[in-house]
Amino acid sequence: MTEIWEGLVAGFWLVVTLDADLVEITLRSLQVTLSAVVIASVIALPLGAFLAIRRFRHRRATIALLNALMGLPPVVVGLIVYLLLSRSGPFGVFGLLFTPTAMIIAQVIIITPLIASIAHQAIRDIWAEYHDLLISLSTTKRQRIATLLWDGRRALITASLAGFGRGIGEVGAIMIVGGNIDNATRVLTTAIALETGKGDFALALGLGFILIGLAIAVNFAIHAIGQTESEGKW
Amino acid sequence: MIRIMTVLFSLMGSMAMADSLKLAVTTSFHNSGLSDILLPAIKADIDLDVQLLVVGTGQALRLGEAGDVDAILVHSRAAEDAFVAGGYGTHRREVMYNDFVFIGPAADPATIADAESAADALARIAMVEAVFVSRGDDSGTHKKELSLWDGAGVSRGGDWYRPVGAGMGAALNTASAMDAYILADRASWLNFGNKAGLDLLFAGDPALFNQYAYIPVNPALHDHVKSDLTQQLEDWLTSPRAADLIDSYTINGETLFTFNATNPS
Amino acid sequence: MVSPILPLQMRGAVVRRRGKALLGPADLDLSEKGLTIVMGPNGAGKTTLLRALHGLERLSEGQISWQLPFAETLLRQAFVFQTPVMMRRSVRDNLAYPLILRGSDKKQARQTATEWAARVGLSHAIDLPAPQLSGGEKQKLALMRALIRSPDIIFLDEPCANLDGRAIREIEAILIEAQANGTRIVMATHDIGQAKRLASDVVFLMRGQVIESGEASAFFAGPQTPQAAALLKGDIVE
Repeated sequence: MTEIWEGLVAGFWLVVTLDADLVEITLRSLQVTLSAVVIASVIALPLGAFLAIRRFRHRRATIALLNALMGLPPVVVGLIVYLLLSRSGPFGVFGLLFTPTAMIIAQVIIITPLIASIAHQAIRDIWAEYHDLLISLSTTKRQRIATLLWDGRRALITASLAGFGRGIGEVGAIMIVGGNIDNATRVLTTAIALETGKGDFALALGLGFILIGLAIAVNFAIHAIGQTESEGKW
Repeated sequence: MIRIMTVLFSLMGSMAMADSLKLAVTTSFHNSGLSDILLPAIKADIDLDVQLLVVGTGQALRLGEAGDVDAILVHSRAAEDAFVAGGYGTHRREVMYNDFVFIGPAADPATIADAESAADALARIAMVEAVFVSRGDDSGTHKKELSLWDGAGVSRGGDWYRPVGAGMGAALNTASAMDAYILADRASWLNFGNKAGLDLLFAGDPALFNQYAYIPVNPALHDHVKSDLTQQLEDWLTSPRAADLIDSYTINGETLFTFNATNPS
Repeated sequence: MVSPILPLQMRGAVVRRRGKALLGPADLDLSEKGLTIVMGPNGAGKTTLLRALHGLERLSEGQISWQLPFAETLLRQAFVFQTPVMMRRSVRDNLAYPLILRGSDKKQARQTATEWAARVGLSHAIDLPAPQLSGGEKQKLALMRALIRSPDIIFLDEPCANLDGRAIREIEAILIEAQANGTRIVMATHDIGQAKRLASDVVFLMRGQVIESGEASAFFAGPQTPQAAALLKGDIVE
């Protein structure tokens, strides 16, 4: 019990004094995960829309695969990305292992299926609602997709935020591909693992509370958006 | 598309790697806190960012073999010799040593505090089947522990022997929670924050000697290895300046490391 | 002068879904002018008929011929659904949407939309999200959105179901005005009073078949079939 209290106090002081290391680690966490979310969204949102609108042969199988990929164990993703990016792996020449780029790649792989799956469900619902109207107004395919993405933007932002939530708290993959290098690839989650390893529970908990704070902020944002969505605002 | 990605990746890669080298070190070295003294000094003296990958000796050697780091700093003689013999490293340079210690519950049910040697201490633990936490992660400390068991000639099978597959800190946390015996390097133990009911019970046997060595990865195998930088780092690590910093590093008044750099072997 | 898309001829039209005939075989002619009311009990195929005419349902058999190729008639048709589809946008943007689709300047389209909203008393809600409107407001918005491209013909599928008297009156006024401006109207309704108020001619459907059709005054004065007579009398028809 005292350790949790000490953790709270330590976390409080780290935040209040804007501890330089803490700021750097937090900013790197945000940089890595936000980059991953942006890249994953660029891939996943149109993919979700495509799966909702287009009928093609293996559509159901693709959707099932997407849903299955949501459960990808991050540690396995990390290991595979590690082996791919290692100097002795196929993409070794780029020298990406143990860089923030490698962490972004791993997170993109982890969160893209999640974002695509949520986006697919959201777009599918709007498409069911709009289908007759958009056909009646004789829209082109491009106009349909643009309309659905625009009118579904709140749900799509929610999808991206869910991806952010999963990415920011992830430790397995980025520990492996990032290496937790001080001043280079250390982020909140890997720092927590490190401080726990040192037995410095107060600092680990302090970092943990900041991470929880970030995650809660994101979930509040999701909730706020979901709220306005259900009230019929756009 | 592939070309764009290539450009993008190499840009991002080069950005992250400006004027730095990657050094794989063991968890026990990092947990000692010595790196927090040495890295800023290296930065100040030769303007080099040393990026530490803190892993077990096993993974450190693999990273070196694959060329994912520029050099390694580890403590497992046999594995190091094999690494150099395999052509993965150019040479092995001893830098410093510290020692391993036996940690256990303050009550010491196996009475290893009275042991005559490391082998005797292990024999006593095995005799009463006191819970013993092993790193079990192929690290230098783990290898050291296994060689000690083998030297003691006692069987370590059984419920009481618990390989946890974790780093030094995590293994110490586990031992602390289970009131178990464990072999740790002195530095990690002194820096460890969660000692709870544990105590240092046995130390001093020369068999517990723990030599750290620096091995640059062979640029003939991996031409991206920054051999000029690894040479600079080696020169610094074996310099009087490093000797001074290493020898004067203390925790709670206890000296941890002894500088003993030699000529390349 | 743009060449007209009407009159329309439907011959032997059949719509089947999962082997079950929802409509037909049925014949129908739509003249250039007028307001046709499609009547009939629930499940008679009114919705299917309207959707088939508009091209939302594929014909299993038969054909529908406009005066121009179907693709060219599309932008000159409009449809109002029984449950209005409210896009998740403001009232103004809902109204401007069909104009922008057609390539109109966005600013101009929004200006037009604002004027059209004012005509049906939606000015107060112009910036509100459309899904927040009341039922009557939604249907008015859907109707104006359908009319804003000044279609040659508009199909309405029971647009006044579930609306209160005031909303019905407003919608009928809009329809009468649209008809006066030269828009051909085809509308399904359950409401015999409404049919009597609006219809220039009537199509009476049962079990997917056109039982009776003709000029409204004649139909209401003396229905030719016992089913139509029963419907007008207020009996249950099946």
